[in-house]
Amino acid sequence: MTTRNNAPHELVERALELSRADGCMVLVDEETTANLRWAGNALTTNGVTRGRRVTVIATVDGTEGTASGVVAREAVGAADLEELVRAAEATARDAGPAEDAQPLLSGEAASPDFTAPPAETSIAVFDAFAPELGAAFARARSLGQALYGFARHELTSTYLGSSTGLRLRHDQPTGTVEFNAKSSGTSAWVGEATRDFSGIDVAALQSQLDERLAWGKRKIDLPAGRYETLLPPSALADLMIYLAWSASGRDAVEGRTVFSRPGGGTKLGERLTGLPLTLRSDPAAPGLECAPFVIAHSSGGDQSVFDNGLPIAPTDWIREGVLNDLTTTRHSAALTGLPVRPFADNLVLESADQAAAPSLAELVASTERALLLTCIWYIREVDPATLLLTGLTRDGVYLVENGQVVGEVNNFRFNESPVDLLSRITEVGRTEQTLPREWSDYFSRAAMPAVRVSDFNMSSVSQAS
Amino acid sequence: MPPTPSSAPPAHPVDPLFLALPTHRLADAALDRARRLGVSHADFRLERVRSASWRLRDAKLAGSADSVQLGFAVRVLLDGAWGFAAGVELTEQAAAEVAEQAVAVARLSARISAAAGGGDRVELAAEPVHRDAVWVSSYRINPFEVPDAEKTALLADWSAALLAADGVSHVTATLLTVQENKFYADTAGTVTTQQRIRLNPELEALSVDERTGAFESMRTVAPPAGRGWEYLLGEGWDWADELGRIPGYLAEKVKAPSVEPGRYDLVIDPTNLWLTIHESIGHATELDRALGYEAAYAGTSFATFDQLGTLKYGSELMHVTGDRTAEHGLATIGYDDEGVATQSWDLIRDGILTGYQLDRGMAHLKDLGRSNGCAFADSPAHVPVQRMANVSLQPTIDGPDTEGLFEGVENGLYIVGDRSWSIDMQRYNFQFTGQRAYAIKNGQLAGQVKDFAYQATTTDFWGSMTAVGGPQTYLLGGAFNCGKAQPGQVAAVSHGCPSALFQQVNVLNTQQEAGH
Repeated sequence: MTTRNNAPHELVERALELSRADGCMVLVDEETTANLRWAGNALTTNGVTRGRRVTVIATVDGTEGTASGVVAREAVGAADLEELVRAAEATARDAGPAEDAQPLLSGEAASPDFTAPPAETSIAVFDAFAPELGAAFARARSLGQALYGFARHELTSTYLGSSTGLRLRHDQPTGTVEFNAKSSGTSAWVGEATRDFSGIDVAALQSQLDERLAWGKRKIDLPAGRYETLLPPSALADLMIYLAWSASGRDAVEGRTVFSRPGGGTKLGERLTGLPLTLRSDPAAPGLECAPFVIAHSSGGDQSVFDNGLPIAPTDWIREGVLNDLTTTRHSAALTGLPVRPFADNLVLESADQAAAPSLAELVASTERALLLTCIWYIREVDPATLLLTGLTRDGVYLVENGQVVGEVNNFRFNESPVDLLSRITEVGRTEQTLPREWSDYFSRAAMPAVRVSDFNMSSVSQAS
Repeated sequence: MPPTPSSAPPAHPVDPLFLALPTHRLADAALDRARRLGVSHADFRLERVRSASWRLRDAKLAGSADSVQLGFAVRVLLDGAWGFAAGVELTEQAAAEVAEQAVAVARLSARISAAAGGGDRVELAAEPVHRDAVWVSSYRINPFEVPDAEKTALLADWSAALLAADGVSHVTATLLTVQENKFYADTAGTVTTQQRIRLNPELEALSVDERTGAFESMRTVAPPAGRGWEYLLGEGWDWADELGRIPGYLAEKVKAPSVEPGRYDLVIDPTNLWLTIHESIGHATELDRALGYEAAYAGTSFATFDQLGTLKYGSELMHVTGDRTAEHGLATIGYDDEGVATQSWDLIRDGILTGYQLDRGMAHLKDLGRSNGCAFADSPAHVPVQRMANVSLQPTIDGPDTEGLFEGVENGLYIVGDRSWSIDMQRYNFQFTGQRAYAIKNGQLAGQVKDFAYQATTTDFWGSMTAVGGPQTYLLGGAFNCGKAQPGQVAAVSHGCPSALFQQVNVLNTQQEAGH
């Protein structure tokens, strides 16, 4: 078994040649990663990886419908392809009709770089970042602080081919960096998403940490209760991502989500907030670029392997405060009568007038009394009917009084629904790219504003610090 | 000498397809190159992890996939710093190149740490050499040898039976199966080859009232298990019994009153308590967390190292073990991913913190002697980190059955099955729900209530445990999806426990929490 000298596009073509099924799709994912992890001002478990995954999706027509067989293998070379294609075909024959079967999409124009080598990253992506990181460790040590954190860069080149003529390719860079600083019982966090680490300013991030650690020198105990709260972009992103993940059109029509309408149907067209807020996805969103077509390695939930290659259009999930779209596949759209709306791998929430929208600092300055969060953590669904989520504040909750941060407050457990929360947003800040703290392992391309929310439900106090 | 897990011959041979891979040649190439580059330690791991999943919606196949991860990793210690690299090309040249990359990463790490003024040098606790050890988990029928059609037919039949019941609007069925093969070799001379099987079946019935828009669900509470296909045929779980009861449970839940919030005595079934143990004990007794190595991500622990031997974790009835040897446990293995023969040990004895879960680096760092074998990587592309053993609450030898725990409870709840879970980053404040809760009035069950969640602080909760059920109530629960580390890794782990009684725990009404 060898992968050397097997170009990914050649694997796609060869697998399609080998196919004896009624239809075939082949996905080749070439992935390289590099990461640095640190704790207590020292690097810990760092590494580089290289991987290749080939997924063959065979479709077999039968009297009762079309079946699909999805088989994926890593470390595949040309010599391994026949076994892989036959395994997918056997799986399809064994599987029975696929509920989501649709005609395979055909391709009109191949991606111009379909035959080009995959994009790659390496440990060299940190050439500029690593010395700054070392300097940050030294500075933290001198100040009695301890730095913890993680930097990762991944590049995945996906090649998609089908027996109906698709020849598509997408290169996806994903980078994140996050710092957690601890000093004298105070903890602070900052994080950023990046496509290439070129814009990461370690000194500036450390300066933000210093400011927050300084806020933490005065401790304030507050009880559980409902508070006016300033949610920064990271915290709001984590809540809106969950909302988007819960926006299945089929589930809503079946009456099993917060977007189901009593009596049948969905809540499409209902106003969720009185503010002109728009929640949207767009594969071409600047700085948040993601695949402009469906890449599905398996069917389930709101994706279907039969939709591979389907163009993903910009979509407003909420437009000007009104629920505007729910996610569907071609199959679930046909089933429910909803339009076809595949989900893109990014999410933007913004108000209508960005020029007039305040920064987080300006929101703080105009606050009489409110909590200011850093981020939220361990978010889990408590009740799908209301989309009630629980979770905790983490690494810095501050009290703002009369336009100033006056000290650090204990952590809280919250119980809140992002849908209900939308209706209680009273002020919206300027939208900026942000790193979701909770979901960034899976979803790191988000742009959100800071918002002011009334009566945020801090259900109990957490002793964690 | 420690016990050798491979002393008994395994019931199944290791998959010949795995044995046919060039494991030894690649290991030799990688370890030789690492040695030449001056490392103090190197290990090589070649893994083949096959996973297959099925999802049925209303008895129709909605998706299935069969995937294999195959690749190798080289980890080195150089100048007291770790370096790690992974690759997929199974040639000796590629193995040597990956070893060089790992050394380059270690050099970078050492240089940055030195520039920053030092930091602890990594050293490893000693471990006996295990030469050519073989270990295979306990199962009868490898699920990958069962035709896919048989699997989907069984899930479809079960789904159809649930759908046919009154009040069931929709049914979802899922099955995950995994075969994990690992080959490990290190510069000390340990060489291990292992295989384990696990699976996770789950069915959920949903009831929708189209007029009001209200809906409720009821899921099976059968745990995932380190077993083979025989589990689906009734060995280790009575599927016919549970599936037959689900529609009735669901119908009762639909009509159940909303819980009154307040303080209740809770009898918690092992189908729910396993997850509370996982979150509030399992993660809290990981030494890497207690020492801060997960501080930026999964979090730290209130059970800090300075409290070892003194921290009153809970009631004197509390005896919790870490165990990587339990039959059918999801975290059970013969040797961990640092070549350590696995063991069982006490974490909490008589309510006092007495131990931690360790890997070799952590064990050496705190002079704890030998590692207890908790290093694990979930894929050939990931570095081993300290992961959870099967952490289990031991039953009281002559303890009562679950009904016996109801006796004396005037106003309580009996909670069955897990649902949502959340705990803070130091493992103090948690909130859990369940599949169903029954009111207990004067020692008797008095029907289901809904919209409940229990919320507590770890030591308060375990301190309120006033009775622990007997061995007849003991069940090995568990999860496939425990997350930790950066890059993120997922581990499967089991937790055994009996039913137990906790006094005056805070119960919330989730409708009121949502503002409704």
